[in-house]
Amino acid sequence: MIGTRFHLHDSGWGGVVLLLALFLILPCTGKAAVLPEDRADMFYHYYDGGGVSVTGPALLVNKSVSDNVSISGRYYVDAISSASIDVVTTASPYKDKREEFGVGIDYLHGNSLMGVTLSSSKENDYLADTFGLSVSHDLFGGLTTLNLGYSQGHDIVQRVDTSFEAEITRYNFRFGVTQALTRSLLLGVNFEGIAEDGYLSNPYRSVRILGASSPERYPGTRDSQAIAVRIVKGFSSESRPVMSSLRTEYRYFQDNWGIHSHTLAFALQRYFGDRVVGEARYRYYQQSAASFYSDNFATEMTYMARDKELSTFSSHSLGAKISWNFLNQKYLFFNRMSLNLSNDHIYFDYQDFTDVRNGQAYAFGANVWQLFLSAWY
Amino acid sequence: MKTIRRTSLLFCTVLWIGGCTQVKSYEREILADPIMSFSRDPLSDQYLTHVYEVREGARGATTNSGGGCGCN
Repeated sequence: MIGTRFHLHDSGWGGVVLLLALFLILPCTGKAAVLPEDRADMFYHYYDGGGVSVTGPALLVNKSVSDNVSISGRYYVDAISSASIDVVTTASPYKDKREEFGVGIDYLHGNSLMGVTLSSSKENDYLADTFGLSVSHDLFGGLTTLNLGYSQGHDIVQRVDTSFEAEITRYNFRFGVTQALTRSLLLGVNFEGIAEDGYLSNPYRSVRILGASSPERYPGTRDSQAIAVRIVKGFSSESRPVMSSLRTEYRYFQDNWGIHSHTLAFALQRYFGDRVVGEARYRYYQQSAASFYSDNFATEMTYMARDKELSTFSSHSLGAKISWNFLNQKYLFFNRMSLNLSNDHIYFDYQDFTDVRNGQAYAFGANVWQLFLSAWY
Repeated sequence: MKTIRRTSLLFCTVLWIGGCTQVKSYEREILADPIMSFSRDPLSDQYLTHVYEVREGARGATTNSGGGCGCN
């Protein structure tokens, strides 16, 4: 049972209850918040890069069941075929499948929207259960929205063909504010703190000590903070109040493993006629290595990692999406439907992770495809 | 602790700006347009966030949230 595997973080839970009560007793200040829109998305995704391919379907459905309550359901599948550099240099290529189910309920009370979510994912060697609570509150006639979120996760890590089993507990605290600065300019600021404890390494991955292989050893805790600032600016034309928009995002991340990262992203969206929306986007990411990371240790250390995700690297991502609103009026029980195709090309460039097959610094490119049908009702 | 103090100051600044902002009701048509949203397609954005988070050291403060996975 999910409930028997959770234990609450007392101070975090107390803070969430206090803020939830605060939002409930705040007087209405004008325009009320709204439930999530009634919408369904049928989705197919495909990732190919670095010797790994991941494909699968996904489905998300949101439906209001009354003026104050909306429910949601989510199903997601990753069918994995992995011959990554970690796999081919230390083991054999493998196939795996990950399934994730999620349900949620949102309750609207005046200017506040409260949500509860439950999700569970399963692979043949990894189980993850997550409980989430969120509250958003509109102020100043709906021009300002405060968001608070708390989630708690419990993962079980296993190793195929062995009796190995370990646990991870994860706590997420999120706080954000969205502000309309002008009639065509939105500002969003989000903060998230994450605290993890348990078995945080990978039972299959190893490090190199003077070229010899040895199991990796990670700290039993990880605390991180991330803050992001987002701006959306709309541009009008003679024919439309909004013809295009530019979204700019910057995120700073740090954790007690010594990792510092910067993310900068841009997205330009534009209407082409009444039925087509095009989007072009670019993302740059750069991070420093964890303090216990090394490509090849000179001696054995208390903590050792050779996971390329913890190394010093940067990535560039260039993508585009096209959306065709082929149904713009009511048909049967649908109000609108759109067909969407998206592609992103990501290039990863590692500075201190070596491809042991050729002795060069490792780099690879990946393609990400998304095809999805969206329906509003 | 320094990060939390700076973050709190940033949030307070944004809230202070909120008290001063005035957008008339007939001017909100632009703000309600789908391409003015931080996340026009939540499921698509959640998937892309997942692609990045399993391949990077950073996580969090995105427009969506997810659960755990053995994807590393």
